[in-house]
This record gives sequence, C-alpha cells and structure tokens, in this order.
Amino acid sequence: MATPTTRSASGLPAELAEATRDDTALRRFLHGLPGVDQVGVEQRAAGLATRSIKKASKLWAIDTAIGMVDLTTLEGADTEGRVRSLCAKARRPDPDRPETPPAAAVCVYPDLAECAVKALDGTGIGVASVATVFPSGRSSRAVKLADTELAVRAGASEVDMVIDRGAFLSGRYMQIFEEIQSIKEAAGSAHLKVILETGELATYDNVRRASWLALLAGGDFIKTSTGKVSPAATLPVTHVMLQAVHDWYVATGELRGVKPAGGIRTTKDAIRYLVAVREVAGPEWLSSRLFRFGASSLLGDLVLQRRTQLDGHYSAPDYVAVD
Amino acid sequence: MSERIDIAKTYKLYVGGAFPRSESGRSYQVTDSRGKFLANAAQASRKDVRDAVAAARKAFPGWSGATAYNRGQVLYRVAEMLQGRREQFLNELAASEGVPVKRAQSIVDTAIDRWVWYAGWTDKVATVLGAANPVAGPYFCFTVPEPTGVVGVFAPQQSSLLGLVSVLAPVLAGGNTAVLIASQDRPLPAITLSEVLATSDLPGGVANVLTGRTGELAPWLVSHADVNAVDLCGTPESQRAELERSAANTVKRVVPAPAHEPDWMAAPDIRRLRGYLEPKTVWHPMGV
Repeated sequence: MATPTTRSASGLPAELAEATRDDTALRRFLHGLPGVDQVGVEQRAAGLATRSIKKASKLWAIDTAIGMVDLTTLEGADTEGRVRSLCAKARRPDPDRPETPPAAAVCVYPDLAECAVKALDGTGIGVASVATVFPSGRSSRAVKLADTELAVRAGASEVDMVIDRGAFLSGRYMQIFEEIQSIKEAAGSAHLKVILETGELATYDNVRRASWLALLAGGDFIKTSTGKVSPAATLPVTHVMLQAVHDWYVATGELRGVKPAGGIRTTKDAIRYLVAVREVAGPEWLSSRLFRFGASSLLGDLVLQRRTQLDGHYSAPDYVAVD
Repeated sequence: MSERIDIAKTYKLYVGGAFPRSESGRSYQVTDSRGKFLANAAQASRKDVRDAVAAARKAFPGWSGATAYNRGQVLYRVAEMLQGRREQFLNELAASEGVPVKRAQSIVDTAIDRWVWYAGWTDKVATVLGAANPVAGPYFCFTVPEPTGVVGVFAPQQSSLLGLVSVLAPVLAGGNTAVLIASQDRPLPAITLSEVLATSDLPGGVANVLTGRTGELAPWLVSHADVNAVDLCGTPESQRAELERSAANTVKRVVPAPAHEPDWMAAPDIRRLRGYLEPKTVWHPMGV
C-alpha cells in the first residue's frame, strides 16, 4: 500500500484531489487513465473462469455467495406482499436447513423500502433502495435528491443510485461527479452504491473512467448494471471494476466495494465471480462488506446446489422455494 | 492398391437434441457377440446424467402440453424413420445379439410395429384410463390421465432394440420426457435410435440417450430429485434393492425390474403406459 506524503483536506492524495478541482482537471485525469487491453482482460476472465472449485471449497463458496446476495425485486408489479415474502426468503433462504446463512440485503424501489425495513427489523439484513429515478437516471437533480430522501427516510441502509449515462457519454463528467456527491450527502449514513450501467458505456475504457469517477465522488460501491439493460454484468467488466477498487485501495488505503448485478443466475457463474474477486481485487474483498451479487433467481440456485453438496444427490426446484 | 481400412465410429451421447461427447471425455469399446470390435461408444458420467435430466425437464412443458394428436403424429414419423433405417438396425442387431438374419428381421419389424402401436395410443389412452365419474350433486366429475414427468429408463441389457423400444415408447407416448441409459454391452441400436429421433420431429430433450456403465450411472439417475419415475429394467441385480430404497427418498414412481427379461415378442398391453400416467380428477359445476 502506498502512503502518500501529501494529503488534501478531503483526505485524498494530492494528485487525486487535484483531479477533482474542476471540469478540465477531471477530464484530464479520467482520459489519462491507462487504456484497458480488451483482448487481455477477456482472456484473463475466461482463463480464471475455468478454475475448478470442488467439495469443501465449493461449499464454502456457496455459503459465501449466499451471504453476498442482494435479493432484488425491481418490477412495476411489486407489491408489499411480494417484498415481505422476499424478506422472509432473505432471512432464511432454506427453511429446511436453518444453518444456511442469510442474504446480505434486500433491494427494492424506494416506496417499498419502509415495508422491507419493517420485515427485516432486528435481523442485521440490510435494506437497499434504488434511487435517482432508477433505471434511466433522467430527471432534474431536485427530483433525484427527493427520491434519495424518500429512501433514506424510509430507513434504507443502502442506496443504489444510477448515473446519467447520457451526461457521461457526452463528456459532462463534472455534472456526474457533483451529482454523486450531492446524493452521497443526501444519503447520509446509508451506504452509496453507484450504478454505472456498463451495458450502455460501450467500451472497457469508459467502464474504467466511470469507475474512477464514482470512486472519486465518494461512492462506497460501484455496481455494474440496473438489470434492465442487456448485456448486464459480465465477467470482463467486473474485472475492470475490481481492478479499479484495487488500485483505489493502493492509492488511498480505502476499501471500496463492487456489485455485479443482472444476468448472474447460476452457482457456477457466482463461483466464477468469487474467483475473479480473489484474484483481481484480493482476499479481503471476499466479504459482503465489499462484494455483493445483485440477483433474484441466483439465491434459489445457490440453495439447490448447497443441498446437492450436502445430500449427496442432485436436488430439484420442486424441493426449494424457487422464485 | 492396399485393402481398404474400415472406418471405426466413435459415437457420442444424445442430450437435449444435440450429440455431445461425455463431459468426462471417456469412451469404451463395443464388441459383437463374439468379442470382435464394432465401434467406440461414449462412456457417460454423473454430470452427463445431470445435463440429460436438465434437458428432459426443460423439454417437459412443451411435450406434455402438446396435443395427444400431435404427439401421435410425431411418434408415427419416428416409426417411418425407423423403417428407413431397417437395414442398419438389422446389421447392428445381428452383430450385437448374435442372432440369425431371419430372426433379426422379425425382431426389427416387431420393434417398428411396437413403436406404431404405442404411437396409436397417444390419443386413445385418455378415453380408456379417464372417466366421467358419477357424483351425488350438481357437478360433473372427470378423471383424466396426465404424464408423470421426467422418467429415467434403464433399457434391457439383452434385447437391445425390441426391449429398448418396448420401454421407451410408452414413456414418450404418455407425454413424459425420458433419460434413457442404453444397454451397456449392446448400445448400438440405442445410438442409432437416437440418430433417428434427432432427425424426426421429436423436440430436442424429449428423449435423451446415454451410453456407459449402467452400474455407475444408476445411483445418480435414481437419486436425482428432478426425476419423477424410474424403470429399473436394465439395472444390475446387485444394486436393485438399494436403487429402490434411494428412489423412495424422493417419492418416485418405480417400475421394478423383472427377475428375468420378459419375452419382448409377446403382444404388449397398456400397463407400461399406465405406469407413467397420473390420474387428475376435476369437479366442475353444472351449468345453470
């Protein structure tokens, strides 16, 4: 870990503090980041994905992954009843095997956060609420702040905000920087996850820039996607983001998290992500404080595979509550 | 010019409408009744069983939801294709079972007829096994047979074509999907049947054919919780009791293995069809 000698008022090393001074400096910094070797990162992601995880390690990986799931429902048709049943599932993913670890958090729309907070009271499971006009992020800042306040007032312990991809692609980095900062302020003590929507950013270079932009502005987590755009989370994109939080740690000594979301449905996928976390970011990221899966159907498959490991025979969706 | 060398085939599995190699990469030699090399067959592993069950489960809604008439047409089409491959079946049967040509002809013809016989049952079985039940009230009460689900079938070890058709066709005719473990030492007719199925109108995954060591695959298929019924016909005798116990853990329908392989030439009845059908009874108020 580097220990910079000069730190600014914000606690950042001098060159990072300098980068956020104004629009020009920010642009210079983001475009000065080294480019991503597309072939290299895809090959490394594919290579790590072939690693074989078996027996005790697999069981450990499954339990770890269950404890990292942000159980998500973000549908127009969501009801309080659905959110309550989701909360019940987060508390006890496999009622037949009560030793199964609980999920990390439940992720809902802000108007349903209150319902989730009530259902999860005293369990230690977080309530994450999306905010800032999810999933498009297209409205005035006042509306986005009001959206965030709604979530925080309802008791959400985590806020998942979306960035304005239009502004990012047209190069208005300072606008996004300030927006993240003001949302962070509005979120108060709640953890802030910044959704980059990598499926709309077009290149890995843009993903790296957006990651650093979110980290500079104070995001506690960087999250790949809303789950509403295809492609959602992919392994190479997550690699780039894991590199960013690792480099951030080296530069500042602060640990920030990563959350891939959307499209992760099977235990096999989840384990591939865990291997990437261990190899790219480091072992300290193998914790729900620093790595989460945004998923809905993944939990069902994890529970199924957990049973297969323990029962010694293949299990079936008939025997678990598959959403 | 030197003598031409035979091209020895290395067959693959039939899973989800495709022909993959075994996940394990293994294969084994298939010999004729006198021990002469015939071909290489894939030696499936437990993960191939898992994939085959997943494929069968995926195909189940489509196949069980198809109209009985439609299922019948698809199975008739399979019979047509069987007829087209008659010569190949004859050769394989004569080689693997070591029977004279005359006898082989009669077995192949009976097998094709047997397939047609079951194809004909698809749209008739509901009338025979279903009922309009008399009830004391202003209701109609109907009973209709519904397919059980995914069926694990251990094909007979001796009768590699007629026995195979006699255990597989009733499963498919009822609207179930099947994972079939072929005869260990005589798998070639089953492999050729899978090639027939792949080129007929049968949707991928409705029938999946695995070749390999029956004793190795049996515990995995029978204990798999996503399998709803098993036919233990071709399982090794030493494992049968344990397999039945293991099937009971997930409450499967079990068609127990006969002590000796029956005479498959005998005229069939609908017992095998009924074995994989569940009666569903519906009460319906009479119109005002």
